[in-house]
Amino acid sequence: MTGNSAGLAAVARRAAELLAVGDVITDRARLRTYECDGLAHYRVTPALVVLPQSAAQLAGVVRACAENDVPFVARGSGTGLSGGALPHADGVLIVTSQMRAILGVDPEDQRAVVEPGVINLDVTRAATPHGYYYAPDPSSQQICSIGGNVAENSGGAHCLKYGFTTNHVLGADFVTPQGDVVPLGGAAPDAPGYDLLGAVVGSEGTLGIVTSATLRLVRLPQEVRTILVGFASTDQAGSATSAIIAAGIVPAAIEMMDALAIEAAEAAVRCNYPAGAGAVLVIELDGATVDVVAEYDDVVRLCAENGSFEQRVATDPAERALIWKGRKSAFAAVGRISPDYLVQDGVIPRTSLPEVLRAIQELSRESGVRVANVFHAGDGNLHPLVLFDDAIAGAGDAAEKVSGAILDLCIQHGGSITGEHGVGMDKSAYMPRMFTEEDLDTMQLVRCAFDPDNISNPGKIFPTPRLCGEVPGRHQGAHPLQEAGMAEVF
Amino acid sequence: MAVETGLGTTAREALSSACDRVEEPGERDLVDGVRPGVVARPATTEQVAEVLRAAAGHGLTVVPRGSGTKMTWGQAPTSADVLVDVSAMDRVLDHAAGDLIVDVEAGARLSEVQEHLAGAGQRLGLDETVPGASVGGTLATNASGAQRLLTGTARDLLIGVTLVRADGVVAKAGGRVVKNVAGYDLGKLLIGSFGTLAVVTRAVFRLHPVPAARAWVSAPVGDATDAHRLVQVLVHSQAVPSAVEIDWPASGPRVVSVLLEGRPGGVEGRVASARAALGTGAEVADPPSAVATYPWTTGLRGDDRATALKLTFVISGLAEVLTAVGEAAAPVSLRGSVGTGVVYAEIPVGTDAAAVVSTIDGLRAACARNSGALVVIDAPAAVKQSVDVWGPVGALDLMRRVKHRFDPEHRLAPGRFVGGI
Repeated sequence: MTGNSAGLAAVARRAAELLAVGDVITDRARLRTYECDGLAHYRVTPALVVLPQSAAQLAGVVRACAENDVPFVARGSGTGLSGGALPHADGVLIVTSQMRAILGVDPEDQRAVVEPGVINLDVTRAATPHGYYYAPDPSSQQICSIGGNVAENSGGAHCLKYGFTTNHVLGADFVTPQGDVVPLGGAAPDAPGYDLLGAVVGSEGTLGIVTSATLRLVRLPQEVRTILVGFASTDQAGSATSAIIAAGIVPAAIEMMDALAIEAAEAAVRCNYPAGAGAVLVIELDGATVDVVAEYDDVVRLCAENGSFEQRVATDPAERALIWKGRKSAFAAVGRISPDYLVQDGVIPRTSLPEVLRAIQELSRESGVRVANVFHAGDGNLHPLVLFDDAIAGAGDAAEKVSGAILDLCIQHGGSITGEHGVGMDKSAYMPRMFTEEDLDTMQLVRCAFDPDNISNPGKIFPTPRLCGEVPGRHQGAHPLQEAGMAEVF
Repeated sequence: MAVETGLGTTAREALSSACDRVEEPGERDLVDGVRPGVVARPATTEQVAEVLRAAAGHGLTVVPRGSGTKMTWGQAPTSADVLVDVSAMDRVLDHAAGDLIVDVEAGARLSEVQEHLAGAGQRLGLDETVPGASVGGTLATNASGAQRLLTGTARDLLIGVTLVRADGVVAKAGGRVVKNVAGYDLGKLLIGSFGTLAVVTRAVFRLHPVPAARAWVSAPVGDATDAHRLVQVLVHSQAVPSAVEIDWPASGPRVVSVLLEGRPGGVEGRVASARAALGTGAEVADPPSAVATYPWTTGLRGDDRATALKLTFVISGLAEVLTAVGEAAAPVSLRGSVGTGVVYAEIPVGTDAAAVVSTIDGLRAACARNSGALVVIDAPAAVKQSVDVWGPVGALDLMRRVKHRFDPEHRLAPGRFVGGI
């Protein structure tokens, strides 16, 4: 794509009229600080960065982009792991980090209304005094924003029981790629009409930008118990996970780490996990006290039956934090045992865990590339960390190859290429392995309805953009020219 | 749309070669009074696709149907050349108990799916709100009942979908794993779309374990304030209720009920605290008859049917909605999930037309003041003509754009949905 410098100049002028002086960035050095998100090996310097302070400012910038055919990319805290907020070289990066107001917390209705730049954990902090919290908890919850969570349909350790962002966003003010502000959903359930909000959440910024979100708040549980369980092997830990689910127990979380991941966590945070463990499970139970106590006994028994050799329980927040410390630090900790690593986000049916883990071990052995496994065992969401040293020629390529082979394994077992990190820039090339051309074409009908000019985060998710002017294929008896002409007429 | 329609001989031949079973419509095939041209009963997704390609080729309108228990809901279609009945596609294709998922065909009856799952101690968290309802029809109308407080609605349970577009293209979205963010979530767009975007032929759902113990606690309530207070206590308690329901008939005793599920010991303890919270008169009862059913008689198709309403509101709006019910010109019976703010109401058949209109206006205003909406789910033709069935809809222009991309000739269930979609 060739730069549309006249269009960009017009958008920059409009932004300067609408926004405060410091909120429009054109200086090359400062632009470069926005060149990547959490997936740092993709880097593109945006042509312009704006930091609106209000929905009106944001919508005004989007409208200027639409009028001048300039692409834009929305970015929250920039913690995404799939390059979803990777800027467009000839486009505008719209950063929502200055829109950080919690507009309302309403425990009576179990709702909070927040701006997109609000940090995930701050919603829970605001709700906790009322006995409530915001359930989706991605590992980055201390820094990631609600706007980014909405774009990516973020998950977290506790989505096994409580669901994902999409289950907790009830309404939104939404800026279309034309710059119009429209309401989607609402504070009450089941708004009449199509569930456009359901399509927007998880659309990775390709349909427009949310400028406020109405969130569901969940009652803080009466009792929480966190259990750390050591096993000799991942097979045993996987069997214990299956046994717990088969017993009709739905823990708030079941997380697994293998020996290499444990080694890394020990090196980094000295979490003091069971010595010699081939795998650990972190299991959290929550709910009414009487139920949690009964479930706890069952979980301990089921783990023992599947070969656990050590169990520790945390009943207060300090002990709980200690158990979670190892798990939550795992990604960063891998830096202690390897100069570079790739994080994968594949999903498999839970019952395929032992088989897929063995296949990953086999891949690792054949290629000589080390793989540390950290994952949400309860819902089959794997985060293999593929370790390599970029200083060694060819090591990066070998790691990429193993990483891709792991995704293929997930697809072969009926799973997904991404459970919570999103497709973004990173995995769009894998989409045709999971979906047919017709599937992708049909998804892009939604894209064409929202963004026919393909200016909202273009180049993400879909390997090949659909030309929206085309008449949707294959039907006969209509007049193509008439239809093409009618495409936007109602 | 300037598309010539008509069910001539060549069109009928095309449909017959697309699908083994193409039949003349009978009385029970009317879609809210509109007689379809033919009824096609495809047995596979590929046959549905063939039928839709044939319909596209001849510019025919198409109305999808599952079990046909809710064909009078929404607006009557402006045309129904082909009724595509998927009830022959009724198999449970795969129940992966260890993965807590089920893969079913759209024509499968919800009750039969539940029966299948019960063998493994599992359930799909969707209530059968009308006897005989199919999976496809439940999705198309976004029907939900009491257990939505615990398990949510179809949008929280559907994890994969196979659909056939108006042009006959078969596509899928989602998959077979609960956690999956690859691609757009087309399932959510199709839920509640009344067959106006595509024909769903197959669905994959996440499941929940059947709890070992369950108990209902019910208590009589006096006025709106009383009901409101009890519901607030239950919803904000630590009892983790699976359902909080109300039964508020136009005349007769009014009851608030709470469902508690889990382990036997745990349920026992929570029942005790729920009884204490509900005060004198609270008792452990069998499932209240009002649960997961509508306050109107279902299955009626003629002018003898009641006016059926769906009301939504934030839960703090309950007292105001109940007060509006009491002040309405018509007698109103109300029932539903007060724990989530989704209830159903009946205005009986034979109510004076002006009273129906003013009652709907009054209740709609009360819902709107509490961030919600009122939809006339079903009503005799005369009522549907005199009121705004769907009410005000946000982002309607965007909805029209979605419709136009999926069905540019507006041949799928034309006129049944919001804004004449």
